[in-house]
Amino acid sequence: MSSSTPFQTNSKIVKWIEARLPIISTLDGALVSYPAPRNLNYWWNFGSLAGFMLVAQLVTGIVLVMHYTPHVTLAFASVEHIMRDVNYGWLLRYAHANGASMFFVVVYIHILRGLYYGSYKAPRELLWWLGIVIFLLMMATAFMGYVLPWGQMSFWGATVITNLFSAIPGVGTSIVTWLWGGFSVDNATLNRFFSLHYLLPFVICAVVFLHLWALHTTKSSNPLGIEIKGEQDTVPFHPYYTAKDMFGLSVFLLFFAYWVFFDPNYLGHPDNYTEANPLVTPAHIVPEWYFLPFYAILRAVPDKLGGVIAMGGAIVILFFMPYLDFSKVRSAKFRPIYKQAFWLLVIDGLILGYVGSQPAEGIWILVGRIASLYYFAHFLVIVPLISWFEKPLPVPESIAKAVLGDKAHG
Amino acid sequence: MATSSSAGHDVHGSGQATRRDFLYVATMGLGAVAAGAVVWPLIDQMNPAADVLALSSIEVDLSKIAEGASLTVKWRGKPVFIRHRTAKEIKEAEEVNLAELRDPESDDQRVKPDHKQWLVMIGVCTHLGCIPLGQQGDYDGWFCPCHGSHYDSSGRIRKGPAPANLAIPDYQFLSDTKVKIG
Repeated sequence: MSSSTPFQTNSKIVKWIEARLPIISTLDGALVSYPAPRNLNYWWNFGSLAGFMLVAQLVTGIVLVMHYTPHVTLAFASVEHIMRDVNYGWLLRYAHANGASMFFVVVYIHILRGLYYGSYKAPRELLWWLGIVIFLLMMATAFMGYVLPWGQMSFWGATVITNLFSAIPGVGTSIVTWLWGGFSVDNATLNRFFSLHYLLPFVICAVVFLHLWALHTTKSSNPLGIEIKGEQDTVPFHPYYTAKDMFGLSVFLLFFAYWVFFDPNYLGHPDNYTEANPLVTPAHIVPEWYFLPFYAILRAVPDKLGGVIAMGGAIVILFFMPYLDFSKVRSAKFRPIYKQAFWLLVIDGLILGYVGSQPAEGIWILVGRIASLYYFAHFLVIVPLISWFEKPLPVPESIAKAVLGDKAHG
Repeated sequence: MATSSSAGHDVHGSGQATRRDFLYVATMGLGAVAAGAVVWPLIDQMNPAADVLALSSIEVDLSKIAEGASLTVKWRGKPVFIRHRTAKEIKEAEEVNLAELRDPESDDQRVKPDHKQWLVMIGVCTHLGCIPLGQQGDYDGWFCPCHGSHYDSSGRIRKGPAPANLAIPDYQFLSDTKVKIG
């Protein structure tokens, strides 16, 4: 089972191209002969799934724009026009709206996989940071996309989120007026959000390119968290992981299709089928599910600026993971205490998500505050302490030894 | 001025500025000004356009608002609450100890003299911009359903996450029954 062989060809045409633009050997190196660790498990499928969702959102989004009108008097009606009149419009819109949720499902699992297996550790810090940048761009894109149908949740979500900037001392109000292009969320706001919602996915593509470049420089991490030591530790990406990724994609598409075809509005909010009304706020404003944990952190702090800082800090703190966790062992597989802390963080995130969906009153305020405190304690206290005190289990000598036992040579 | 015979570089390290140094600084300075001049229109185009700014004032007839009733009008895309306050509400608003307030303002500062029954304010919660509901909450005033801020009968923040009182727009009484906002 020989691993990756460098790109070779006898084709004159391919040779002609290669001498001028080595694009075929580059693609071969990335998708065919790329030496991947031989022990990647199914959690490693989620990177390519995220790439698939990015393409799916681009394709459905570009065709939706052929029928959508970004104007306050026409936007809501044009979305209904897509749903009722345009051929397969319902399918395209449901695939795009649920596709955003699917994209976040996949990316959250991808991020958690990185946290579990220590994928953020040297030499993959830049790879990790670029991933967080993609996550932030995704949040901005999803938020602006949700405004476009111009329903009540679109309008009030846009109002609440843009008002976060008014917490900045001194210039906050001027910044919000600038973001709106007026004195409230209005047509100017809708137009610029449409422009940026179309732009940002292409910016994401560019950062994804950098993310992959960094990945192919440092090579994939793996469930054992030990580096590739030689050819015996790897298999070529094609056919081993192309096949595994295709199988994972098939299963994932079943999940995606369930939402699109059987419960397309479950993840949305009924208030968004009421046209935006600047004079009436819906009784209970909630963001889409993928923002709920951060929304809970925003509401947990009884001070406006403090809440905004805490919410931003909840994501910014991820950038510091390579330094907050200084354990020499990468994978939680060999870190008995970190493993438990990881699952507590997952539970904490689920609690925050639930609290974010509830009205800010009664017991939920207290639960939200405790869960928010725990979230920050995990990163600032628990993770550094564990790196300090934990005694990791013995780590195998090499990937090949761990997988093949004594049959492995070298 | 240096009289270097080469390309004008200060090759001897004498610390004197050369003609070339001047050209570098002048070029970079001009480049920075040009970059700023190019970037500014790209930023400023996002500020409110002339037609948005033009919708700056409205006149409202108050004669049809009975005591204890409110009217919401739209001004600059936002709701403005016009409340014909009851004697009880005015009394409550005036009796509050200012030291207890998060954003201390007396009721007199929030209404016009001789028109104390009229409270005119922008109906946008100072927390994150939702529209508070009238005659609700713990202080006989407004309550914001989004994140639970309570405002009193003078529109002052009393409880909840909002940092400031409901804003008072520029307005004046044209007559006893007519008010101009903006």
